[in-house]
Amino acid sequence: MTEQLRQRIEAVWRIEAPRLIGSLARSLRDFGLAEEVAQDALVAALETWPVNGVPERPGAWLHTTARRRAIDILRRAALATRKHEQLEYDMTVLREPDEALDRDGVIGDDLLRLVLTACHPVLSADARVALTLRVLGGLSTPEIARAFLVSEATVAQRIVRAKRVLAEKQVPFELPPAAELGPRLASALEVVYLIFNEGYAATGGADWMRPELCAQALRLGRTIASLAPGEPEVHGLIALMEFQVSRFAARVDAAGQPILLADQDRSRWDGSCIQRGLAALAHAEVLGGADGRYTLQAALAACHALAGHYDSTDWTGIVALYDRLARVAPSPVVQLNRAVALAMRDGPEAGLAALDALAGEPRLAGYHLLPGARGDLLQRLGRRHEAHAAFEQAAALAGNERERALLLARAANLLNPTDAACSAHAKD
Amino acid sequence: MRFLLLLMSDTPPYAAAVTRIEAVRRMAAYSRALQYAGVLLGLGRLHPRSICVRFCFGDGHARVVEADAAEPGQVLGGYWMIEVASLAEALEWARRCPAAPVDVIEVRQLREPADFPTDVGPDVTRHAGRG
Repeated sequence: MTEQLRQRIEAVWRIEAPRLIGSLARSLRDFGLAEEVAQDALVAALETWPVNGVPERPGAWLHTTARRRAIDILRRAALATRKHEQLEYDMTVLREPDEALDRDGVIGDDLLRLVLTACHPVLSADARVALTLRVLGGLSTPEIARAFLVSEATVAQRIVRAKRVLAEKQVPFELPPAAELGPRLASALEVVYLIFNEGYAATGGADWMRPELCAQALRLGRTIASLAPGEPEVHGLIALMEFQVSRFAARVDAAGQPILLADQDRSRWDGSCIQRGLAALAHAEVLGGADGRYTLQAALAACHALAGHYDSTDWTGIVALYDRLARVAPSPVVQLNRAVALAMRDGPEAGLAALDALAGEPRLAGYHLLPGARGDLLQRLGRRHEAHAAFEQAAALAGNERERALLLARAANLLNPTDAACSAHAKD
Repeated sequence: MRFLLLLMSDTPPYAAAVTRIEAVRRMAAYSRALQYAGVLLGLGRLHPRSICVRFCFGDGHARVVEADAAEPGQVLGGYWMIEVASLAEALEWARRCPAAPVDVIEVRQLREPADFPTDVGPDVTRHAGRG
């Protein structure tokens, strides 16, 4: 098979998989079986298309092939259990003509059911992520494995187990009652943000798949926004992701080393992402979601996006937003970020006092950004020896190699030849 | 990766109203499919070329050139801006456009800030404009 054809089939699959699996799961009332026959259809396409060419309507071809396969499976099951009437019904539904126009909103409902099932709260976070990337992103098991730096066997296991859990818990492939829709969507947004962060935190790494993961997350977010346009938090999350993506080109140097927000060349931020982020943020706020956790984080990111320089950032506004965020989503990490903003607003002494108040917080023990932030403030106060020790401590805790290198470099920069002796002393 | 799908059309033949409504409905369904897939960033339909002003900058100054609305040839009739995973996917979406037999879809890729080397400096925007 030529590379061009392989890419084309991959693209067709990416486009068709969600709708195909969604419509099959509705008619089969079995999510696991739908996913299985859809994969069978993909395998058939990979065998047939290189020989016979890509059909005129590849989506319809996949639907027909998967449906035929499902009918075979159902017929065998019906013969075994003698449920002939049930079979007649299933076959009628399965023979529905492939309708290109979504006149009754069927496609949208199928997709929403698919999102909510793949992101069902009965599933573990890992399982939700893997299943979502597979059925909504059209990613293969090896692609998911590469993206999350785990083995293919692990991903395959997660998917099999997830489908089993959905079957065992008898999760119906149905839209939840209106009252449950909010929490179910929240579960889906959590999955989107998990996927995004996995890509975002690793951008400094050498793995090419990871920025792709951020793009995938944004795409999923936009899908959910098209299905639940009245949900403010989905727009808040999209805004947050747009602002973060806008900094991609400025976030790492040519050697792949991370560049701190304060040092980034803001002319390299992507203005079109920022525009879309601002629009999505405004949309979330108009819908009454100004105090949602994603919307507040997006508002924080917007303060940075709108500042020409780090020093001209609206730190007063940022501290106020962190206070609101701490009310809806209390967390020591929010307090840590607030302390950093406080240092910018009121000076490093104030920030340091706020950081020191977090020293005993068990959830921050082992979190490298706490000593990292201390080091930064100590450096600004001219307490270089303490700053050096803090950066070294942070480096020892950092999980990401690129980040560790940056922290070690900052520690080393505090040691110039004239006071090397003093610093060696400070290490004791 | 962002792409523009440009719908190039001959001066529209005035088809029967029924066909036009059906065509509009199909186009709306196509745009909705792009939206459901999470790839649509923006879209627009253009007025016919009867409302069209061209400028040329031959001597360094903007000068209006009368565009002849009746002049034959394909003109931009509408566009979709999409963000997709690959060129192959952009092409696959273009194939699905329910365009009329007289239409042509042109697929163009947008430049991203990351495409520019870090040492290009302040010339970046000018350079982008030339693309």
